[in-house]
Amino acid sequence: MLYFSKLRVISVLIFTLFISYFAASNFFKFDDNYFSKNIKLGLDLQGGSYLLLEIDNSPVITQKLQSKLIELKRFFKEKKYVLKNFSINQNSIIFETNENDVEEVKKILDEDESEINPYFQQYKSHQFDFTEDKNIFKLTLSNYGLVLLKNSSLDQAIEIVRRRVDEVGTNEPTILKKGNDRILVELPGLDDPERIKTLLGKTANLTFQFIVQNISQESFGTEKLKFENEIGSSIDTEEAIVSKRIILSGDNLIDAKPTMDTQTNETVVTFSLDRVGAKKFGKATSSGVGKRLAIVLDGKIISAPTVREPILGGSGQISGNFTFQSATDLALLLRSGALPAPLSIIEERSVGPDLGQDSIDAGIFSLIIGFVLVVLFMIYKYKIFGLIANLALVSNLFLLVGILTIFEATLTLPGIAGIILTVGMAVDANVLIFERIKEEVKNEKNYIIAFDTGYTKSRTTILDANITTLIAAFILFFMGSGPIKGFSVTLGIGILTTLFSVYFIARLFTAFFVIKNKNKEKLI
Amino acid sequence: MKTIQFNKLYKQFNIISLILILVSLILLLFKGLNYGVDFKGGTLIEIRVDQNSSKISSIRDSFNQMNLGDVSVKSFGNKTDFIVKFEKQNSNDPEFIDNIKKKLSSSIGNVDFRRVENVGPKVSAELLKSGIIAIGLSLAAMLLYIWIRFEWQFSLGAILALFHDVILTLGLFSLFSLEINLSIVAAVLTIVGYSMNDTVVIFDRVRENLKKYSDIKIFELTNISINETLSRTIITSVTTLLALSSIYLFGGEILKGFSLAMILGVIFGTYSSIYIANPILVFLKVSQRTIVKEEKD
Repeated sequence: MLYFSKLRVISVLIFTLFISYFAASNFFKFDDNYFSKNIKLGLDLQGGSYLLLEIDNSPVITQKLQSKLIELKRFFKEKKYVLKNFSINQNSIIFETNENDVEEVKKILDEDESEINPYFQQYKSHQFDFTEDKNIFKLTLSNYGLVLLKNSSLDQAIEIVRRRVDEVGTNEPTILKKGNDRILVELPGLDDPERIKTLLGKTANLTFQFIVQNISQESFGTEKLKFENEIGSSIDTEEAIVSKRIILSGDNLIDAKPTMDTQTNETVVTFSLDRVGAKKFGKATSSGVGKRLAIVLDGKIISAPTVREPILGGSGQISGNFTFQSATDLALLLRSGALPAPLSIIEERSVGPDLGQDSIDAGIFSLIIGFVLVVLFMIYKYKIFGLIANLALVSNLFLLVGILTIFEATLTLPGIAGIILTVGMAVDANVLIFERIKEEVKNEKNYIIAFDTGYTKSRTTILDANITTLIAAFILFFMGSGPIKGFSVTLGIGILTTLFSVYFIARLFTAFFVIKNKNKEKLI
Repeated sequence: MKTIQFNKLYKQFNIISLILILVSLILLLFKGLNYGVDFKGGTLIEIRVDQNSSKISSIRDSFNQMNLGDVSVKSFGNKTDFIVKFEKQNSNDPEFIDNIKKKLSSSIGNVDFRRVENVGPKVSAELLKSGIIAIGLSLAAMLLYIWIRFEWQFSLGAILALFHDVILTLGLFSLFSLEINLSIVAAVLTIVGYSMNDTVVIFDRVRENLKKYSDIKIFELTNISINETLSRTIITSVTTLLALSSIYLFGGEILKGFSLAMILGVIFGTYSSIYIANPILVFLKVSQRTIVKEEKD
């Protein structure tokens, strides 16, 4: 075990220096383009926000059921079947047929190639499962259909979230899908997460609906909506009855921006519409001169101006006692589009930048103290071999930081703790070896043989002992999240670099030393 | 070096360990653990106030007026730093934290929110579940590994030692109502790794000695093995404890619980490798035949 070929010595040295170079590149600016890598600091060290958003898909599902219901009605009407008593109840569509038609309706619903199952050709699976009880049918979204529906709504939502985050302009946000109804957002370096939280919390569903004076005249049905805050204070009631007919929705918007209305000196949001939207808007405003048009955002009326003349140009403005900030935010929301379903923040972790810096300082300080204590203890215990073990420890640290850099791993506060712990535990392997050698030296007068056996005999123990810790690190990596993951990474890589530094670096120096001093008394 | 008669005290220490485990289990069952927001859900805010401007009581008062459920305020390291925890979290109101900040600033003056953790009930339940799974999984993985590497008597000893360490550490956390959060789970997993590491080193030696001496009884043999590996056990414990104490003392408030759990775990782990794992081998009457038979198979 003590023999090293020249080639081996050189390759160990080159490897160590190569990795150490990466470690050093974190602290010194090297002018090269090839290896411009850095350890990423976790949110707990550089400050920033971690948000976990959950999408509430129930409106998407209801919408899907409603459109399916209309489709079914139309389809069976064409085929001249009588379907009646349609209703939507707890995520399923219920309807009745004539008793004689049951079998045939069943057949149509079951048929793979049927027009009513357009979904099948694409996915080879039904979107809806159905059950029937006499003549009452019940259609429920199939598991697969539900997953696809959720996925597509999540994909849409993630796109909108990304647009909104990008519009605010944070550096390097991470936006990821998690499961089929969650979105993970990481915003490093963000000082104040409140604005983004407010923006992400809004569905931003914009609609234009007429306010109705006489309910009985309205064929589309009506709903009662509240005014946003005290904005509608000029109106005597805080609620208004609006038609369910949607003149125009946010989908038709192509741009929105905050501007100053020069006449009223108010901040307003001006918007422009696409061609379809402009046409619709023109038509509705032409027929609705004199009526009040409610601008509804997420179920609340922002304002309800009276239509004075037809608006044909495809652009308009929304007023509503905005501050410049709130107008900017509304414009941003309208530009980035509406979420398919509301999102709620189910987990938030934010760290201010100064706490992050404090954590780095404390982490590095305790690393230095821990390191110095261990180094002194090893010298006290093993003298010259303590020095060798310490040399291995230093290179171990360089290797660990270097490998973290190469993989651009994220360093977290627990990760720093993992490095310190590695310092404490790394000497274990050398201790095992040295203790074994001490035992061997008692019976073997030839130092070279004694050292050699010491290394050989302690090897399985060292492997066993390190594999157990490696197992723990692996499990942490797969089960843990965020900062804890950072701990498992440094702990795990720390074990590998420890083994390398012990078996290649420390052994190399031990070998040199022993071969040179093989005739000395009391070597260890 | 003088041989220490560890085996003379196997019985006594086993009884003490059993009592401690029982006490820990009773504590865990009846007193329970003090779960942090990670596992209980709710909100944690670390605030820094202007020097001399606010007392802990006035901060507590202003939070109590906000209708947030059970509020706890503790000072955190510095005189100006406080940790505030309460049950409520912002399920649907994105301006929840902002509002608290505004109210707080108006009642006690300039406040800096250094850290906010806000965990909904669904997420906290999931985190707790995955934490328990992680610990269970690591124990199972250790069992499997040691089973492959050693004979079943050894694996039983090692696993019992692990349970001992985990239960005692959690028992102490329960006794002193120390907070259990995600980092404590990480600490427990590391303890599992460390304790196993320690046990494996002694067991390796026991097995080696079993092969070497056929005439020494296991009772003696474990003692010889413990003594032979003792200086390594002590040195490694010392260096690990030096590193951990450094984290505990200088690593900042956030790592306090984490490093404390690990310090306790290392002490228990070292103790249990000697006084739990080895007596089990004696109890199971491990002999040279145990390993020779295995090798024939």
